[in-house]
Amino acid sequence: MTSIGTGYDLSASTYSPDGRIFQIEYANKAVDNSGTAIGLRVKDGVVLAVEKLVHSKLLMPGANRRIQAIDRHIGLASSGLLADGRHLANRARDEAANYRDNYREPAPLKALADRLSLYVQAYTLYSSVRPFGCSTIIGGVDKDGPSIYVIEPSGVFYGRQLAKTELEKLKLSELTTREAVFEAARIIHLVHDDAKEKEFELELSWLGDETNGRHVPVPKDLFEEADRKAREALENFE
Amino acid sequence: MEAIDMDRLKTGEVNLGTSIMAVQFEGGVVLGADSRTTTGSYIANRVTDKLTYVHDRIYCCRSGSSADTQAVADVVHMALQQFTQASGGPPSVHVAATLFESICYSNKDALSAGIIVAGWDKEAGPSVYNIPLGGGIFRQPWAIGGSGSTYVYGYCDATYKEGWGRDETVQFVKNTLALAMARDGSSGGVIRIAVITEDSVERLFVPGNELPTFWEGLEVLGKPAKQPAVVPMAVEPL
Repeated sequence: MTSIGTGYDLSASTYSPDGRIFQIEYANKAVDNSGTAIGLRVKDGVVLAVEKLVHSKLLMPGANRRIQAIDRHIGLASSGLLADGRHLANRARDEAANYRDNYREPAPLKALADRLSLYVQAYTLYSSVRPFGCSTIIGGVDKDGPSIYVIEPSGVFYGRQLAKTELEKLKLSELTTREAVFEAARIIHLVHDDAKEKEFELELSWLGDETNGRHVPVPKDLFEEADRKAREALENFE
Repeated sequence: MEAIDMDRLKTGEVNLGTSIMAVQFEGGVVLGADSRTTTGSYIANRVTDKLTYVHDRIYCCRSGSSADTQAVADVVHMALQQFTQASGGPPSVHVAATLFESICYSNKDALSAGIIVAGWDKEAGPSVYNIPLGGGIFRQPWAIGGSGSTYVYGYCDATYKEGWGRDETVQFVKNTLALAMARDGSSGGVIRIAVITEDSVERLFVPGNELPTFWEGLEVLGKPAKQPAVVPMAVEPL
């Protein structure tokens, strides 16, 4: 780490001489240390999946959820510092409600990603605050159809289908939401490193034609089937 | 809250004692208005344009105080420009109507404004929204407003049919406004029309001496009354 001891990493409002802001890079480290979150945008909806690392045996299943509802038609999955993700979700809820108040219609996902990224970016400007230690996926179905956006600690956002080798193999435009639930569960199981990491809990939510455009957790029976098939696929893979 | 004061125009305030209307048809909307602006019994402007641009494919018809409705239309015009910049595309008629409504409702004690918003957008196609005196937002296939409208509700109810084309709709607007202007002393002058479709906004003009005419009354008193034939007094038999 070339940054340590130079003094250029003490504040998010100071550049290093080669033009980097180390506090933002450290924030990305916080994301790397956390479990994987993926979002799949398929032809008729969106699936969010999270590999939630369980830090203590004392935690009940379902504790510290990483997928949250922002509006009836928008879900948010975060990876990195959970508390930062929850703060950002609260902000997203305010923004979505604010849009509804002003225009009497559900917020388009792009408008929400836009406003949320401005908020995240503001935390890279001042010496009194630190950047968000979380990378956030928001997924939803609006008047233009299903879409997902990723907001990073720097405040940039992308509209995309997450590019990971496993995800690139999928033909997302031909997949249904129901099929994507199985793929998402399989990928989360696949990327989990048994040797290195602790226990994890799979979290899945979806929205699209199957849920009437509402962001809801994947129903229990489908969740269990996807989880079981993912484990089976993993055994065959290895 | 205090009751709405219907006579809240200040002495000398310029009034749009008006006949306005908007009708949707298959490919667009037709907006129409008379052209009379009054201060009391004095016609301050006999060729007023009460059809006001707020965005490329969204216009409004204004009734009530000219000052109030111009100010509201200006605010909405600005808000829609900001919306277009922020969202990267033209606003829907619903968004425009919502902005009008929230201003009319939150300032209901200060404003005298009855507005009809109409236009074309990608989501809904053609649409007409009525925003009456104290606020409220109502989507309607056709809407009439202003002091002259009370005389022609029956005509519109009896005449309007779904499935008209552009020319039939324009004729309906001309006839309705001509009837309203004939009965309402605060309406008159010329008819101004705007036809909004996906591709264009077309402005039409009907001069005051070319208005459609209907039954205009008969002179009854001036004509000599017909003498009834004298019938000799009959004697009732006992």
